[in-house]
Amino acid sequence: MAANAAEAVEALAADFEQRTGHRVTVTVGSTGKLYAQILHGAPFDVFLAADQERPRLLVEQGLAVEGSRLTYAVGRLVLWSPDAEVDAAHTLRAGSFRRLAIANPDLAPYGAAARDVLSELGLWESLRSKIVVGENVGQSFTMAASGNAELGFVALSSVLSQGGSYWEVPPETYSPIRQDAVLLDRAGGNIAARAFHLFLGSATALATIESFGFIVGRAVGPLDGSQPGFSSGGYNRRRPIHAHARTR
Amino acid sequence: MDLPELGPLWLSLQLAASATAVLLVLGTPLAWWLSGTRSRLKPVIEAVTALPLVLPPTVLGFYLLLLMSPRSWLGGLWVEVTDTTLTFSFAGLLVASVIYSLPFMVQPLQAAFESLGRGPLEAAAALRASPLDAFLTVAAPLSLRGFLTAAVLTFAHTIGEFGVVLMVGGNIPGKTRVISIAIYEHVETLRYAEAHTLAAGLLLFAFVVLVFVYVFNRRLPVHVA
Repeated sequence: MAANAAEAVEALAADFEQRTGHRVTVTVGSTGKLYAQILHGAPFDVFLAADQERPRLLVEQGLAVEGSRLTYAVGRLVLWSPDAEVDAAHTLRAGSFRRLAIANPDLAPYGAAARDVLSELGLWESLRSKIVVGENVGQSFTMAASGNAELGFVALSSVLSQGGSYWEVPPETYSPIRQDAVLLDRAGGNIAARAFHLFLGSATALATIESFGFIVGRAVGPLDGSQPGFSSGGYNRRRPIHAHARTR
Repeated sequence: MDLPELGPLWLSLQLAASATAVLLVLGTPLAWWLSGTRSRLKPVIEAVTALPLVLPPTVLGFYLLLLMSPRSWLGGLWVEVTDTTLTFSFAGLLVASVIYSLPFMVQPLQAAFESLGRGPLEAAAALRASPLDAFLTVAAPLSLRGFLTAAVLTFAHTIGEFGVVLMVGGNIPGKTRVISIAIYEHVETLRYAEAHTLAAGLLLFAFVVLVFVYVFNRRLPVHVA
């Protein structure tokens, strides 16, 4: 599974184990690396990616079960400051900071989203010299958390358990960070793997994922034969725009 | 085939040359002291010097990120003096490279100095050469091989630096986007042609450097000025 949803999925796995008695082993890594490992025969049964591209490719390449793709989470981008006194959105617009950390827009969905937002705000060019780029969204979080950058575009799921203050970026301003899961071909008749894959689309699982800072779609019954996960109507993109600060 | 930008290559060469120069200045006295001292601190200092050899770059990178952060004394001082952060700057990469490549400078030099034995220096002292004079006119020329090996290895090792730069560099074109980072990004974004060009170039470079070191070590005549 992708690193940015690690906490949420570990909670899911624990819940699933308790309910079913099956054992789940979670391997965390970046989506690109896990994808490459699966291509080369890594022993995984279910793949929870941080994008839609890699699961789609796996289905195309015959390594994942056709029709098993489901969007288990949609990432929420926030502008975070580790300092609770700072109004992140205001600081960004005023340009009163030295460094802004983002994930690499060419490698990470959260990075591409951050670039979308900065372009939308007309700040992409003017802030160019202040932007520092992490390999992934976790690294840009580290850059800000260690004080090396005053601001960072990071995942809401990363900052919920941290202090500081954040501004949740209106989802209209960036392309949605849809994270898909697929059942891998090698799972075959593995009942536990199939059960976990179905569990991902259940109301219980979606509530857990949502509580970790993601947007989720409509639940599908575990035994409902319909397309699991999102239908386009299930994802309400018109969330209220709000800026809020939180302190520890 | 698309030719990759050569900016990262140029930056890597600048960084490696600067790190080698700084380490020649800092590493020589340290290696000299280590080669002659009977201090009980010697094994401790030797261990500290060798740490970058055994620590994963993630450990170094993580602590450098904390050390160079504006919140720490070093990073804070840097911001006060220069008004920029030490991380994500060329100066920051230079600090990181100096630490990262320290053993590659100190260890060959120390070995070269130790292999001199006490004879030449005692002779110099008998001729009333000051210790500095004896070092410059006797020990240093006799250790030319050691200096060249140390400088070449330091230079090459800094060119190959990746993990630390990834963590403290911030991937800024022209400042911290060195060749290893550029290659990594080309691979991750599936631009294999550019990746191949840079990677093959680096491979060839490393090979030539190592052949040079080995040939040189065998052939160099040792002479005293």
